[in-house]
Amino acid sequence: MSAEYPDDLLYTREHEWARVDGTRAVIGITRFAVEQLGDITQVDLPKEGDSVKKDEVFGTVESVKAVSDLFAPLSGKVLKVNDPLKDSPEYVNDDCYDEGWMVEIELSVESEKAGLMSAKQYKEFLEESA
Amino acid sequence: MRYIPHTEADVARMLGVVGVGSVEELFAQIIPDNVRLKGKLDLPAGMDEASLLSHLGELGSRNRPARPAVADGPLSFLGAGVYPHAIPSAVDALLSRSEFYTSYTPYQPEISQGTLQAVFEFQTITSELMGLPVANASMYDGSTACAEAILMARRLTGRPGILLAGGLHPEYAEVARTYMTALDVELGEVALGEDGTPDLAALDAALSERTSCVVVQTPSYLGTVVDVEAIATRAHARGAMVVTVTPEPLALGVMRAPGAAGADIAVGEGVGLAIPPSLGAPAVGLLATRTEHVRQIPGRLVGETVDTDGRRGYVLTLATREQHIRREKATSNICTNQGLIALAFTIHLCLLGRRGFEELARLVYAKARYASERLAAAGLPARFSAPSFNELCVRVPGGDAARAITRAAERGVYAGVSAGRLAPALGDCLLVAVNEMHGKADIDRLADTLKEVG
Amino acid sequence: MPGKHPRALLHESRPIFEQGSPGRSGASLPALDVPARDPAVDGPAALRRGEAPHLPEVSEVEVTRHFTRLSRWNYAIDLGMYPLGSCTMKYNPKVNERAARMPGFAGLHPAQPEDTLEGALALMWGLERALCEITGFQRATLQPAAGAHGELTGLMMIRAYHQDHGGKARKKIIIPDSAHGTNPASCTLNGFEALGIKTGAGGVIDASAVRAACAAHPGAIAGIMITNPSTLGLFETQIAEITEVVHAAGGLCYMDGANLNALMGKFRPGDAGLDVMHINLHKTFTTPHGGGGPGAGPVAVGAALEPYLPTPMVARDGERLRWDFARPRSIGRVRAGSSNFGMLVRAYAYIREMGGPGLTQATEMAVLNANYIRKKLEDVYPVAFDRPCMHEVVFSDKKLKKETGITTLDVAKRLMDHGFHPPTIYFPLVVPGALMIEPTETEPPEALDELCTALREIAAEAVTDPDKVHSAPHTTGLRRLDETLAARHPRLRWTPKAAE
Repeated sequence: MSAEYPDDLLYTREHEWARVDGTRAVIGITRFAVEQLGDITQVDLPKEGDSVKKDEVFGTVESVKAVSDLFAPLSGKVLKVNDPLKDSPEYVNDDCYDEGWMVEIELSVESEKAGLMSAKQYKEFLEESA
Repeated sequence: MRYIPHTEADVARMLGVVGVGSVEELFAQIIPDNVRLKGKLDLPAGMDEASLLSHLGELGSRNRPARPAVADGPLSFLGAGVYPHAIPSAVDALLSRSEFYTSYTPYQPEISQGTLQAVFEFQTITSELMGLPVANASMYDGSTACAEAILMARRLTGRPGILLAGGLHPEYAEVARTYMTALDVELGEVALGEDGTPDLAALDAALSERTSCVVVQTPSYLGTVVDVEAIATRAHARGAMVVTVTPEPLALGVMRAPGAAGADIAVGEGVGLAIPPSLGAPAVGLLATRTEHVRQIPGRLVGETVDTDGRRGYVLTLATREQHIRREKATSNICTNQGLIALAFTIHLCLLGRRGFEELARLVYAKARYASERLAAAGLPARFSAPSFNELCVRVPGGDAARAITRAAERGVYAGVSAGRLAPALGDCLLVAVNEMHGKADIDRLADTLKEVG
Repeated sequence: MPGKHPRALLHESRPIFEQGSPGRSGASLPALDVPARDPAVDGPAALRRGEAPHLPEVSEVEVTRHFTRLSRWNYAIDLGMYPLGSCTMKYNPKVNERAARMPGFAGLHPAQPEDTLEGALALMWGLERALCEITGFQRATLQPAAGAHGELTGLMMIRAYHQDHGGKARKKIIIPDSAHGTNPASCTLNGFEALGIKTGAGGVIDASAVRAACAAHPGAIAGIMITNPSTLGLFETQIAEITEVVHAAGGLCYMDGANLNALMGKFRPGDAGLDVMHINLHKTFTTPHGGGGPGAGPVAVGAALEPYLPTPMVARDGERLRWDFARPRSIGRVRAGSSNFGMLVRAYAYIREMGGPGLTQATEMAVLNANYIRKKLEDVYPVAFDRPCMHEVVFSDKKLKKETGITTLDVAKRLMDHGFHPPTIYFPLVVPGALMIEPTETEPPEALDELCTALREIAAEAVTDPDKVHSAPHTTGLRRLDETLAARHPRLRWTPKAAE
């Protein structure tokens, strides 16, 4: 089990996180999102080579009785997809920041990351909206 | 009123709890005066049970059902999409258990295991018949199952083209057209070949990179058994899917399974094996497909799981495809399906079993062969060279099938349906459906009658 | 053998594929009286199945016992009350079952000559007339097989109307947030876009919200879908004004008739200016739910949409009834055959037995029953909107959840231990933790009292023994089932290797 909201990640109001490394970023959903969704039964992600756009839907996660859209925290081109989630969506529940990552993208607009929240800001955001 | 338990004293007490003086006062609080109905409903007076049964009996007596529903009724060879069979008494006896017919959709699995397990068995039987690994919990009927299969193929391929192969039931084709009216699709047809099955050269010409699916009925509306594999090979080469339509699933006792022949989605109509014909419905649409398409299936699915004590049980599953969750993005708007008729179908197929189903299919095949030969000898030759299973398309000597039907009916025989319903050019042909209830003498009588009436 | 672990004589029955023995059969087939023919020998490749389908190999005794045992694992109306909101689970009269099985109805084939179907046509005509009288419309198609199928049909007619009246650009259907999921799904199938509007503060749609939606999309409004009474159990008090607003914007008004049981003899949508509605015969008109179907969803229309009804209709020339296919502006068929005819026979029988006063009384007692429950429970389970309801009442778990952590789902599951089917839960979505109760008129007051007592006991137990409530049910054949496992690793049919 990883930390609730790791300090090395950037966060969005739609409860996605991004781990930015140079011109690349790995993307997933936060512990808060996972707790809201409950047991995840299906993750639908884009294909390698697809483009994603900041704040637009790039996939969906499903639990038994709900479907939720995934909103891209940053724009870019999909380099890698976490394929094991197809057969084992439970990785998102078990470890949303590591084994439960979703896609890795090549950033197209590097400046976008300035608009994301730090772990501290995200925690404050969660408290405010509670 | 026997279905309303309230006595005057009950009503008075309940009005007291609610805090209103009368029922009228309650409704006056609820429905604004400008729209509240002031008069009374203009309907016939209510009836006691005996009078009601007498009235219904009188209505029923103004119909003329065929044998065996009534012993002195006409002898019937009607099919054309609804193929009656002998339904064992056990089917209706079990169906009449009110734990089945008065239960609701099994959304609460702890108290719905009976329905859930039965649907799971229905899905298994449908999957076995179609030779495809996944089947849903039923559609309204064969025609809507066909339309939904087309929509499914369209979603899976992302292509707009739909090819309806010649020999598709005209009502199924019409329903497909109705369903597609509002959508961005290109509906095309593949002509019927000389042998009574879809013309492969025409298919080749019609197929393109825009084709999402080819819809092919087997046995066709004209009774011909189609070489699905030849169609599937061509469709798949162009990246299109194949939807097979089988309104007489008994044929699957002798016919190659659609899945084995290359079908991607197979649909059918199970009513004839489930309940008496009942003017064709309530029917039960069958729909099966390959495992990889499971998330595009319309309608309900039952899956196996365990309870908190680890005991095997069943639940409605993959519900995120459905309208109550995905709303405007759902795979279909279907909610209520044909559960009880699916149950009847399941019970009958369990009774027939592996051997009985195959034996019944062979029996019907043999009788249809006999009928074909007997009709040919009486001057009604088969119109097409392709093989058939239970239904024959024969040319009537007088050249007018509608006239032959009317005159045979006057002699107590529902001889069949005019093939002119499919194409006016076939108005000289009669569709004759044979089943296991037809004895040799019945078939002889049909042939003699048709010879006589021309 | 099947039947291990009997629990209070509730026998398990293993999947039928795990029963029986190779070669066994419950078939009763006639002897072959024509020359034997083997398609595998004299037929073409397409008639060579190869291996027969793996159907069960069991006798009639085993089949009978299997399905009888399975039936006992079901809850059913004939066992007890179904307080399921929006579902109208009323008693299914036994005489209806007898009627549908009469040979004069059950024995009919759809391809029979028209002149041999006089009684069936008369029954359909009579049912159509009665449904039109009850709803205030002109004509009704009996084709659709269920409510959602009726919605689809109704929207197809609205679309065809606009095509004919220069409204091709009309793509938006206004749908309130409390609507059934079938509404937006039916829109999509018609190429319409659902335009959501919020329920007003009083729990009903504000005509001003509809006016604003129309104003925001000039020339684009195809219509509105209104469920009345709404899924909150409330009569849409501004319906006349809403209808005027939508008509003025060039749209048509669809009424989801799922809740017609609240309106018979009290309100006729056709009179109020609505253009089209579907009617669930398996709700208001007592045809059985059958564990999920079949239903029947006739669609009634006013003058504007009459030309677009599906073919065939029943037509009357003097005394003679016939099929009418000659309807040039019809949307066409929505199914093969004529209708879910067996369901029509049952509904017709019910309407004839009840008569006008009987149907009106059914509505009155359905509404009285719901309001009685509202008053008996509102102190423990707050109602979403504090005003008289119609045939159903929506409570929330707000108070209970705050005080004890027990949720609507727990209450629903615990109610099974008290011998009841749970209410509809978490719907409508606009009420968090909704518990939606529709008693119907066929429940006697004693049954209502028992239900209320059970719900009050559960609320009390949530304080004293929350774990007991949270882990319910305790007395059912199976305990809570693992729906996550079923969805993550779907097993949708029996397979030999799955056998234990």
